[in-house]
Amino acid sequence: MAGDTADDTADETAHDAADEPVQGSPSPGADAASREREAPRAAPSSSEGPGSGSPEGPDAPRLTRASRTLLFLTVLIIATSGLVYELLAGTVASYVLGDSVTQFSTTIGTYLFAMGIGSFLSRFVKRGVARRFLEVELAAALVGGLSAPLLFVGFAQAEAFAVLLYGTIVVIGTLVGLEIPLLMRILKEELAFEELVARVLTVDYIGALLGSVLFAIVFVPTLGITRTSLLFGMLNALVALLGTTALAPLLTRGDVLRVRVLAALLLVLLGGTFAQADRLTSWTEQSLYDEPIVFAEQSAYQRLVVTRGGPVTSLFLDGNLQFSSVDEHRYHEALVHPAMAAAPRRARVLVLGGGDGLALRELFRWPEVEHVTLVDLDPAVTRVARRLFADLNAHSLEDPRVELVHDDAMVWLDERQRAAPASGDALPYDVAIVDFPDPNNFSLGKLYTRRFYRLLRTALADDATVAIQSTSPLFARRSYWCITETVREAGYAVRPYHATVPSFGEWGYVLASPRPFDAPSALPPPLPAAELRYLSDALLPTLFVFPPDMGPLEVETNHLNDQALVRYYDAEERQWAN
Amino acid sequence: MLRLLLGAPFAAKLLACEGAPPPQPPEGALLGPDHRLGHRLREPPPREAWRDAPTRRVPVAIVGGGPAGLSAGWRLLRRGERDFRLFELEPALGGTSRSGESALTRYPWGAHYLPVPPTSNVDLRGLLVEMGAFHRSEPAERLLVREPESRVFYRGFWYPGLYPWAGASEEDLAQLARFEARVAAQVEAFQIPSARSARDPAHLALDRLSAAQWLDEGGFTSPRLRWLARYACRDDYGLELEETSAWAFVFYWAARAARPEQALEGSEVLTWPEGNGAIVEHLAGVIGDRVETGRAVVHVHETPEGVQLLLLRADGETRERVVADHAILAVPRFVAARLAPELGLELDGYEVGAWAVANLHLRGRPPGRGAPPAWDNVLYDSPALGYVTATHQRGRDFGPTVWTWYLPFTDADAEAGRRRLFEAEHADLADAVLADLRRPHPELDEHVERVDVWRWGHAMVQPRVGFLRDGARFEDGRPRGHVHLAHSDLSGLALFEEAFFHGVRAADEVWDIRRGAVFQIGEGAADEAGEEATGGAAEATEPAAEPATEDATEASGATTGAEEPA
Repeated sequence: MAGDTADDTADETAHDAADEPVQGSPSPGADAASREREAPRAAPSSSEGPGSGSPEGPDAPRLTRASRTLLFLTVLIIATSGLVYELLAGTVASYVLGDSVTQFSTTIGTYLFAMGIGSFLSRFVKRGVARRFLEVELAAALVGGLSAPLLFVGFAQAEAFAVLLYGTIVVIGTLVGLEIPLLMRILKEELAFEELVARVLTVDYIGALLGSVLFAIVFVPTLGITRTSLLFGMLNALVALLGTTALAPLLTRGDVLRVRVLAALLLVLLGGTFAQADRLTSWTEQSLYDEPIVFAEQSAYQRLVVTRGGPVTSLFLDGNLQFSSVDEHRYHEALVHPAMAAAPRRARVLVLGGGDGLALRELFRWPEVEHVTLVDLDPAVTRVARRLFADLNAHSLEDPRVELVHDDAMVWLDERQRAAPASGDALPYDVAIVDFPDPNNFSLGKLYTRRFYRLLRTALADDATVAIQSTSPLFARRSYWCITETVREAGYAVRPYHATVPSFGEWGYVLASPRPFDAPSALPPPLPAAELRYLSDALLPTLFVFPPDMGPLEVETNHLNDQALVRYYDAEERQWAN
Repeated sequence: MLRLLLGAPFAAKLLACEGAPPPQPPEGALLGPDHRLGHRLREPPPREAWRDAPTRRVPVAIVGGGPAGLSAGWRLLRRGERDFRLFELEPALGGTSRSGESALTRYPWGAHYLPVPPTSNVDLRGLLVEMGAFHRSEPAERLLVREPESRVFYRGFWYPGLYPWAGASEEDLAQLARFEARVAAQVEAFQIPSARSARDPAHLALDRLSAAQWLDEGGFTSPRLRWLARYACRDDYGLELEETSAWAFVFYWAARAARPEQALEGSEVLTWPEGNGAIVEHLAGVIGDRVETGRAVVHVHETPEGVQLLLLRADGETRERVVADHAILAVPRFVAARLAPELGLELDGYEVGAWAVANLHLRGRPPGRGAPPAWDNVLYDSPALGYVTATHQRGRDFGPTVWTWYLPFTDADAEAGRRRLFEAEHADLADAVLADLRRPHPELDEHVERVDVWRWGHAMVQPRVGFLRDGARFEDGRPRGHVHLAHSDLSGLALFEEAFFHGVRAADEVWDIRRGAVFQIGEGAADEAGEEATGGAAEATEPAAEPATEDATEASGATTGAEEPA
């Protein structure tokens, strides 16, 4: 240990000596290093006065009052940006990985832990503390400033994303953790210990308050996440720049120049990216998708993205694939026709979700259909479907038999049920097609609860049939059987089945009816079965057969007040992603 | 004024980080109980003014149409006593369980939930079954608070649940676990209604400590735990830890848990968009036209003919005398003491806190960061209690909604809090609401349509240190002649369950005495009672027999509701 210190000292002085009066400009690091090793000059050049890197010396130069004030300002900026980076990481993680608490807790926990690593590492910085401090600032400016854009781009590589996310967090956390200990060591010669701790920590905590408040109230609302990240990167670079002035007595001229040049370069890089942030954002969003984005809109409810690659059109809601025109016929034929085949009557059909109009297209293959009520929350989805998917859905949304309702399906059913006994004119439905996005949050999860299926029951004829999209029994096996069991618990007879839809994988549905019923064994005559591209009389019965790896599991059922399904799905989605 | 409302440090902090307040105060109304009639109570005309007033005779008179009075009326009916009147000062029933309604949704003006009662609370469960809120022994899924139930805004982010888990140290968690164990050990001893709780000296001794002292003695120093404890006291009692009786504090946690493992979370909770207004509406529907609103009962005293009540109508002129065999005073104790001075009711140790409740009508949902919106949304760093979302339970998660925001005035001197409340105008209160909620929702202002504020001068009785008076409080509900007291403040705990318990208890006392009278008194009285009974039976078959039809609709509602597909 003692040897170490001695080496360091020697190295440091050598470095100073080699670097300073001899060379007027920074030399490439490798050169300098090799020179130092070849020709170590042990004598500290005390004559250099302000250039000396040893503030511990008996007549060590003191910082001016102005410099100290500048340093405290630095602490403030550091503390603010440190907190902002922490919040940014949490926000980006929850933005791209979902609302999960886990994202927040783990990112913030990791960040704090990394700060601990940084603080620990600070003890290994023996000499040239001021220079090291400025280098840390530069590194924080680079990594912190680019963290949000980097993470957005990185999310496209889903497998590696966790590594990238936590890697970035650890690096930034470590750098931020180094800052305050180093600064305190710089200032320790200037102030009494109690005074030092009090002042630095006070400013640090004020900075943290500023960071958290400004982040929430000013930066994210006005600048957005990417620009906030870049802005704080620039602030860190600025700190490095200010530091060269404030810490000048503790730096060699070479250090000052090198840091200034690098800080300027960083400011240009980050500032340039900042100016281009608009293009970057849409570019980063693009990188999440395989095919070019042809349409993107933030509706009141979700983000809609349509991509097109050659003949293939795909719709994504909040980043989740809803259909790909390559194989959506498989998904929608399997969703619609078994329920229609099993239904004793097919005149009145209720479609919940399915604003893309593709399930409607399949329904209208049945000539008996007289009326369809389609309830989809988001008007933007049906608008986009009319504009961009009209060929794909065969203009089904324009069909006069369709009654379009924009409402939350659960609220709509609830209100219909409340009004029905009084008005008496709400006819029951013969068939219901339930096609919601997967239950990845509580707001969607409620549409898979026992309460929801009981409400649905109030809109149905006693012998009606219902088809429910129920996520993948292979990738989300627990979720799938949770939905099945919840439907059963709500008082339905159930016939689980599945189909192969390559762009989704192995996909699951639940066929249900308030009365006991038999799974359909054939596609009955009114349906022009020859038009279908996936289903056939021969295939139909096999859909109801589950291989062992997708078979039933013991599961809890999904209730409004205790949404087991959302937890199952969250866990399985994560498992699937890994 | 904001400073006045929220306390100087808080206002300073708020203003410091949020800059200039909005140029225009939001639209909205300042609401509150109708004070004109209330003042008549304080300075009633002399009794002689009733000399020429007409007299009515009723077997039972209930004074007060809050949860306790309504529960008493409901219970009388359910036991077969159809002949009673209920007099309410205000134009509307419900007391602090009152609710409002917009084109979009109903929303609460006060109490907004009811913990699922344990199986031991047979009467309350009976009411809930009748309302369709229970199916056999199962609470209705549509009324159990929908997940996510709560979230807390802590250091710039929303986190799920009430306890701020993020960043909790090992010591924090150890203290939380120890606290949970301490409470879990008390689950048996503390029961709702509080009259069924343990009254042994060891437990009563808790009442001599404050909640803060109890926490100190237990070594509970964790700031997060102290925050949670403080929040609980403010939320349920409108008190700070320093003022709250440790007995009431332990009761808060232990009594709402049906099993020891629920010590922290409590049992599940039933809620309606309009809060406990739904229960009020049901009870009022059952009682029907026996209710007379806009009636100030200004004096109650026993005479040889019965309990005499002097009534003044809302016009301030029309006077009336009601003579009842029994009177149930379902009013706060400070009102009962004024109405019936002859009862000599002690007011020592009875303190009632002031609250402001705001309903924010929003065009849309302002975004927030972190955990998704919950039913109950609490701010860690705020003197207010956060907001509940009226549309949450029905599943309307997007677009317009109504938020109900609660602020207790927890001043050490309750009267001082009341003064602060009534010095505040609509703009002051509305600004305080917005300043509070702008922190988690910086874009709030764009979404606010209007902010209505209700000033509750006497919102909730407060269980301060010593409120049990060494157990004497448990005797406060005893009947005094033919006057029976029924109000949650007899328990010292402003909970619906307590109001219901005392209402039912008073009704049962009346019923038992009246039935006793039938069996014990001579033939004449029995005949009279017989007539009464026939009259009652006839009423049941006549078209005017609304309680019977009410039952029928409720019953059919309960069985054909969406909860039970055939």
